[in-house]
Amino acid sequence: MSLFIIVALPFLGALLPGLMNSAGRAATAGVTFAISLAAFVGLLTNLPTVLAGEVVMARVDWMPLLGLNFSLMLDGLGFFFALLILGIGLLIIAYARHYLSRDDNMGQFFTYLLLFQGAMVGIVLSNNILLLLVFWELTSLSSFLLIGYWKHLPEGRQGARMALTVTGMGGLAMIGGMLILGEIVGSYDLSVILQNRDAIQADPLYVPALLLILLGCFTKSAQFPFHFWLPHAMAAPTPVSAYLHSATMVKAGIFLMARMWPVLSGTPEWFTIIMTVGLITMVLGAVIALFKHDLKALLAFSTVSHLGLITMLLGTGTAFGAMAAVFHILNHATFKAALFMSAGIIDHEAHTRDIRRLGGLRKLMPVTFVIASLAALSMAGIPLLNGFLSKEMMLEEANHTVLFNSPWLVPALATFGSLFSAAYCFRLIGHVFFGPVRDDYPAKPHDPGSGLWLPPAILVVFVVLIGVAPFMAEPFVKLVTASLLGDAAEVPKAYFKIWHGLVPALYMSLIAVVGGLLMLLIFKPSLRLWDKAPRPEAKVIFEAIVEGVVRLARALILPLHNGAFTRYAAIGAVVFVVAGYHAWTTGTVGATTRTLQAVNFVSIAGWMMLVAATVGMVLMHRNRLLSLILIGIVGLMVSIGFVYFSAPDLAMTQFTVEVVTIILLLLALNFLPNTTPIESSILRRVRDAGVAVIGGLATFALSYHYILRDAVSAPISEFHVANSYKGGGGTNVVNVILVDFRGFDTYGEIIVLGIAALLIYALTESLLSGPVRARLLNRKPDQARAGDKHPMMMVVMTRVIMPVVLMVGFYIFLRGHNEPGGGFIAGLIVSIGVVMQYMASGFGWASARLRYPYHGVIGAGVLIAGLTGIGSWFVSKPFLTSDFTYVRIPPFEKFELATAALFDLGVFLAVVGAVMLSLESFSRLARLAQEPSDDEPMDIDPSRDDLPTSLASSEKEGV
Amino acid sequence: MELLVSSAIGILTAGGLYLLLRLRTFPVILGISLLTYAVNVFLFASGGLTIGAPPILRDGIDAYTDPLPQALVLTAIVISFGMTAVVVMIGLGAFLGSDDDHVDDQPEPDEDRSESTS
Repeated sequence: MSLFIIVALPFLGALLPGLMNSAGRAATAGVTFAISLAAFVGLLTNLPTVLAGEVVMARVDWMPLLGLNFSLMLDGLGFFFALLILGIGLLIIAYARHYLSRDDNMGQFFTYLLLFQGAMVGIVLSNNILLLLVFWELTSLSSFLLIGYWKHLPEGRQGARMALTVTGMGGLAMIGGMLILGEIVGSYDLSVILQNRDAIQADPLYVPALLLILLGCFTKSAQFPFHFWLPHAMAAPTPVSAYLHSATMVKAGIFLMARMWPVLSGTPEWFTIIMTVGLITMVLGAVIALFKHDLKALLAFSTVSHLGLITMLLGTGTAFGAMAAVFHILNHATFKAALFMSAGIIDHEAHTRDIRRLGGLRKLMPVTFVIASLAALSMAGIPLLNGFLSKEMMLEEANHTVLFNSPWLVPALATFGSLFSAAYCFRLIGHVFFGPVRDDYPAKPHDPGSGLWLPPAILVVFVVLIGVAPFMAEPFVKLVTASLLGDAAEVPKAYFKIWHGLVPALYMSLIAVVGGLLMLLIFKPSLRLWDKAPRPEAKVIFEAIVEGVVRLARALILPLHNGAFTRYAAIGAVVFVVAGYHAWTTGTVGATTRTLQAVNFVSIAGWMMLVAATVGMVLMHRNRLLSLILIGIVGLMVSIGFVYFSAPDLAMTQFTVEVVTIILLLLALNFLPNTTPIESSILRRVRDAGVAVIGGLATFALSYHYILRDAVSAPISEFHVANSYKGGGGTNVVNVILVDFRGFDTYGEIIVLGIAALLIYALTESLLSGPVRARLLNRKPDQARAGDKHPMMMVVMTRVIMPVVLMVGFYIFLRGHNEPGGGFIAGLIVSIGVVMQYMASGFGWASARLRYPYHGVIGAGVLIAGLTGIGSWFVSKPFLTSDFTYVRIPPFEKFELATAALFDLGVFLAVVGAVMLSLESFSRLARLAQEPSDDEPMDIDPSRDDLPTSLASSEKEGV
Repeated sequence: MELLVSSAIGILTAGGLYLLLRLRTFPVILGISLLTYAVNVFLFASGGLTIGAPPILRDGIDAYTDPLPQALVLTAIVISFGMTAVVVMIGLGAFLGSDDDHVDDQPEPDEDRSESTS
């Protein structure tokens, strides 16, 4: 089966359990099981290739320019992990089916579980480190969902948050490390990176890359000092703990270290860091585990300890160490998952996981007793069980390892750790299963149905099988080791067997087991000692750190970002000016290339009107209607300025936009207060005026210098002027630029315009369906209503003039290619014509005669423009290539037909639709606030005596 | 002439900035509109000020003003209408919803700030 399908199956399948929820619990679990099984079988179909030592590859380019490709690879190592993930996954799904109670949402659980499974498989099959990162973060997210699955438990939520914080931060660090690695090698493909050991280790950035990647691995695999999240994640349902926190997710960090082993290992940094961290984690985890009373907490810390053991084995940097690590990953996954499931069974049946309240279960739960005891003895390193074999290999390797120039440090600590490891295993068996049967269990324990005990039993079969006949696992482990080592080292020749003779490792093992038994004998006094000893509580420290960071962030952000727009605007303006000043003083200013032109009377007059209007606006802005009139004057003067400076198209656009903008603001002002109250202090106004004057002076200086100089390099405009007629078939260069040279830009712009209009429509809709609706309905107008809402003169005028306006619009549109005009301007003119109908004859009358909704007009415009662009594909030209021809139909002059005209039609429609939809939306608000009496045009409103009380006072304010 | 145009840009900017720093939505929107004028005129003037030479090709004439800034400003004018309309709608919606047209967050008298954000 293709690797893509194997990875995709859990993700696609994740949709199903949620949907199957109503079909019952068995069906939900069955579907999940079937999906996992399909992926598992798919994986097995690749087994022959992997056994032959080949690597299965699959690749689809995703973002090749970024080096991010969907590239998958299946070698021995990847196969090994995928087998664990999918195989144990199957057992977990079967177990969870019986473990979850009726109150739990099973569909949700299995959806999360499959998401996690897919992400995990993705990690181990990725051949691209960026892709690996994506899956890596996905496991963090899906494990967050799984740990917090019991949302009602605060421990679950806190544990999930802690796990996400720690692993997420590690993931961030790892992104940095991976990017450095990719930069060093020049490729993000794992298969390429693995070939570049020397280049990577010689690079000065090797150490930072190593540190960052290891941060990611250590956080994920709960290594000291990041081990604390794992026990807190135990608040998850037990299937999750068994799956994520023993067999799969916590092994992701180990997987990555193994994956990177060929290129990163063998240096003193690798050795020292990983050995130290692994050793500390192993010993610390084992010691803490012994004194935990919660079964799952004990297992959690023992997992931490064993992860430390595997990390340490990888840290040795020797081929034998790597092989021992692979073997122990396999063994640990089997016995630890079985132990977690057994703990879940005990919790499920006895309703407690507290070891102090248990004991004597041997007689009550014989099946569970056998399963758990075998698994625990394996973990303790008792011969004939698989844990013994890999632990022997670990001790053997430790015996040869010299850390900090001390040959005894590693062996001694390894033995010490093993001793505690054996002790907590014995405690688990002794205090839970042996001893007298008690009569104060929270619930009467008995063996569960086979649905619960069968999955761990299957695992225990492997525990015993490998333990008795290690040669069965040997070829597979060696195959995985070979693919782990790559070209960096040879697979060691050592054989897997139970009896190696009287080697030091055997003595160390013996010390550990005997010491473990002795430890159990003196457990009570040592527990008292342990309880008295001061210990740092990781959760408290973690929360203190998080709180400190939050406080810091708040202290930084709140004063800066306090919701005062005014402040942001002022700071922004000043910063812009300062940045501009800096550029001005540090850059070079060329000599003036243009001469000042003479000023005439008309232009001075225009300038004075513009300045007067602007100053008047600033001084009288509190009277809102007046300032609206004044801004109209400003717009008018700008339009005239455009005409004066040879920009007829701009002038026409500005002029028409001015009209619709004023109408729009009037519609808004209908609801807003008519005056702005005086709120700011004199000081504040002086400050604002200061900012404004500085900004004004800066733009004045900038534009003055800018206008007097030509561009440094020849602008593209020359090309546009030269090719406008030849290439675009139009003499109006501005229009040809819009619809032809820069047609794609224009296309984007009409889309933006359309989106803006739809946004306004959507906002209106949400306003009209919310509490504002009632408010509008109850609103009393603050101005006297006009006696005749629809003055007859105006109604007649606008109706008579409508065809003329449309004709002008049509004319402006058609001539646009050669004379000032075009789709934008024509669209605005036609909009004004239509708006006049609304204003004169009323909203109801006008909309009753509306044939096409404005959304549709916008859509049609964008579609026509887009289809025109696509049309050029049919003649194998790029998007929006234009063409034109001249035709002559006998009675008429010769005229031009251009595809650009079709595009312009799209622009025209989009502009009409957008402008009208915006104005219509505002009017709908207004319509709601008034009695709907304007269905008939030219009606007279007799109710003029409802003069609002606020009118008299508002006239006093409106100065 | 250049002095007139650039001073007009400066005055429009100053007026726009002052209004932008007001506390209510309506003057702020007008301030943004003034700034839009200033920016558009500035962009337009970057092509130089030419009188009587519109970029409409005619036989026998080969001196035209720079058409590119004009094309850019033309779309800018239309887009700025769309953006103004959106901002006005947001401002209006906020006012209708809360009867308050301040642009700054108003301090909540009853509720402690630090509690509400924790």
